[in-house]
Amino acid sequence: MKPLYIGLIYVAAAPLLGGLLAGFDRILTARMQRRVGPPILQPFYDLFKLLQKRTIVVNRLQNPYIFCHLVFMIATGFLFFEGSDILLIIFVLSLSAVFFILAAYASNSPYSFIGAERELILIMTYEPMVILSLVGIYMVTGSFNFYEIIGSGKVLIKYLPGVFAGFVYILTMKLRKSPFDLSYSHHVHQELVKGITSDFSGRTLAMIEMAHWYENIFLLGFIYIFVSFNPWIGAAIVAAIYIFEILIDNVFARVKWQYAFRMGWIVAFFLGFSNIVVLYIMGR
Amino acid sequence: MHYDGSSCNGCDIEVLACLTPMYDVERFGVINTGNPKHADILLITGSVNEQNVDIVKNLYDQMADPKVVVAVGICACSGGIFAECYNVKGGVDKVIPVDVYVQGCAARPESIIDGVVKALGVIEEKKRTMNEVKVG
Repeated sequence: MKPLYIGLIYVAAAPLLGGLLAGFDRILTARMQRRVGPPILQPFYDLFKLLQKRTIVVNRLQNPYIFCHLVFMIATGFLFFEGSDILLIIFVLSLSAVFFILAAYASNSPYSFIGAERELILIMTYEPMVILSLVGIYMVTGSFNFYEIIGSGKVLIKYLPGVFAGFVYILTMKLRKSPFDLSYSHHVHQELVKGITSDFSGRTLAMIEMAHWYENIFLLGFIYIFVSFNPWIGAAIVAAIYIFEILIDNVFARVKWQYAFRMGWIVAFFLGFSNIVVLYIMGR
Repeated sequence: MHYDGSSCNGCDIEVLACLTPMYDVERFGVINTGNPKHADILLITGSVNEQNVDIVKNLYDQMADPKVVVAVGICACSGGIFAECYNVKGGVDKVIPVDVYVQGCAARPESIIDGVVKALGVIEEKKRTMNEVKVG
């Protein structure tokens, strides 16, 4: 199949998959807490409910910002599965995150401010590790293209165990899972009002939710790069990692931002950077 | 969303009990949120007094339509035994429109869940009238 079609399929199917994933997530979380949990289609019910609600707009700018957030998030995944340069894709992803933060700042509420600032800190925390994983992938396969990387037949996880572990570590931030859900948590008991999304409602909130689903599917695709040597084993490992993240989410309480920031960089240095240094020395 | 007026905390404990594994209100897709802008249902326990009138009104105004108010416990319904107090205004319906009344002192978790599910029905109805207004 042509990469372009896979990209288009992603645009159409990612919200469905992402919504199912969110529903699965909520049920599994409930089961871990010995509850029954909602039906698996609950995220879709919530989304349709949000679309029918009246949207309260605090600042006229916030809706275009959130729209851009969604569009660039879709673009990230589309470009990724369409086989564009991964380096470009990571920056489009950052751009999308920046629009989200701008929207939160535009609302002028102290709670959104705190959420937005924490999101900025998180970006600062995970970005070095993302760049390091790109460097690692390039060093092993010599390519920034999704299809060339997975077609290279190399067992990336064997060359890049440190980078992989580091990426899984920051994945907790990207998936907005506890203990690193500083800016926006799915769990109400550890949230300041509602973090970065405090001032969004109705249709705008629905767009944020959609973008989050797109992002989750893209991130799972990115994880797949590391284990792409065999499609079935790869998919199994990706699923296992997602379940592992849900477990982490339920086991840990939220940490302070200082700890998240420090540990993020320490992990990036010791796991990511040392892995790449070892690779460089061995490759010479 | 849950707001505690001047309650004795009896009903609040029962509201929280609805979230526990024993009753698990998330079975119906209902989750507790601290943000009025994300909320559909406002649960109020305890009567309204002079101090919190503005807060209750403010919370109600910040919620997006369609929205429903559920008064939980006899104090929220009518003021209960505190109705005669000098600082108590009375039930929640003195300040904002209430759609569902859940009686009891304290209200049982079963009846609270019953009230919330009833509120979901009220929301559907409000949604329909909202759409009709939009069309008509």
